[in-house]
Amino acid sequence: MTRRIVIVGGGVGGTIVANLLARRLSPEEAEVTLIDSVGAHVYMPAWLYIPFSDEPVARNSFARPESSLLNRHVRLVIGEVTRVDPVNQELTVRRVAGNGEVATTTYPYDELALATGARLAPQDLTGMVESADAYHEFYSAEGAVALQEALREFQGGRIVVAVGGIPYRCPPAPLEFTFLLDEWLRRKHLRQRTEIEYLFPLPRVFPIEPVADVAAPLLEQRGVKTRLFFNADELDGEHHIIRSLEGEDVPFDLLVLIPPHRGARVVEASDLGDPQGWLATDRATLAVKKYPHIYAIGDATDLPVSKSGSAAHFEAKVLAARLVALTRGEEPDPKHAEYDGEVMCFLETGENQATQLVFNYNHPPQPPRPSLLYHMEKQLFNKAYWHIVPQGLV
Amino acid sequence: MSTTSEVHADVEIDARGSFCPGPLMELIRGIKTLPVGGVIAVRSSDPGSAKDIPAWLQKAGHELIGAYPEADCTRFVARKLR
Repeated sequence: MTRRIVIVGGGVGGTIVANLLARRLSPEEAEVTLIDSVGAHVYMPAWLYIPFSDEPVARNSFARPESSLLNRHVRLVIGEVTRVDPVNQELTVRRVAGNGEVATTTYPYDELALATGARLAPQDLTGMVESADAYHEFYSAEGAVALQEALREFQGGRIVVAVGGIPYRCPPAPLEFTFLLDEWLRRKHLRQRTEIEYLFPLPRVFPIEPVADVAAPLLEQRGVKTRLFFNADELDGEHHIIRSLEGEDVPFDLLVLIPPHRGARVVEASDLGDPQGWLATDRATLAVKKYPHIYAIGDATDLPVSKSGSAAHFEAKVLAARLVALTRGEEPDPKHAEYDGEVMCFLETGENQATQLVFNYNHPPQPPRPSLLYHMEKQLFNKAYWHIVPQGLV
Repeated sequence: MSTTSEVHADVEIDARGSFCPGPLMELIRGIKTLPVGGVIAVRSSDPGSAKDIPAWLQKAGHELIGAYPEADCTRFVARKLR
């Protein structure tokens, strides 16, 4: 009997799972459906560079139609999954037709992969919604473009970079942003008129000690002040102050504040996750705990790995291998069908240099010294992404 | 002396093998959604946690109930005080 495999979310993880399944399973073995709310695939890592671009950047520059990235055997449904019913194994999908009419359809599943990602949740930090004009961010295309405009008008002052909530996507991004900001200010002859302060929740500038050991002296060399153990608790937009859980007040002229994140609305609406909407996920099998036939990958999970495209990428390959085996009634091979916490990513350190982080649950990263080589690799990856990653070729 | 299994926590976080974002970030994440007075436990295999976790709890004004060695990790148990 043909298995109905449904994937929710057309980001990096969901797209890879769909494409690998469509390639490895025949249409008789499985009907593969991917449901995405907007039908566009976004390459989020590119947002980091938008604020520093000298050229105008269109908001949709780093998005492509999901349909252009999918294997022809994947059925694409563009609509919002509003509810998951794990008992009857079906999804409710809300679709808006061209004439504006709203239709609700039910999709049954035999196996369900939730690749529903994370969303920004400014409502989780006091003052952030009320003071939306008092901060900037680069965690959305709109935010990155607005920050680019704000920097273009910036004439000097105090720039503060802070993390508004935990967890947040791509833990290195605030550090990378700070390095690139310093470089950009120097290029624009604004650095001497600007003070940069980098606030971080942990007792060092980055979670991984060997990386922090490399990054901290670089920040110092570049004249960036650091304030550690700073977990943002409140934004006072009127007085231009960011306040921490630990009781410190930091003033700013321009604030770059990573908004708090939550899991997808559908996870909350279906009561499948924890209070922040993250899915309790088995660290090896990627099965959602308590709910048979549901799996989670990428930012949607509560796994103790970084919320990143890289983690989603490696998890997607594992989940595809697992679903192929289950569809064929075979025992999943632990070598390919169990996630070992693998993540590989780059960390830009400015001045055309970067380092690389490779690690899994059992092996800590041992980052090499920042060099031009890794910066070039990262730039190459940014371009090659569209041709190799969503298709599941790497 | 109590052993780890005797110390109940309202929320258990398995951060074994977490390098990025790391066990302390997992603890901070968990504590934010916990009511005041709630007890949280985090399992960490990172030796750095022995220093980081008590230091953050002290700075943020929460109580470290204990750090209990297990086979492949240490279980840190804390109470949210404010």
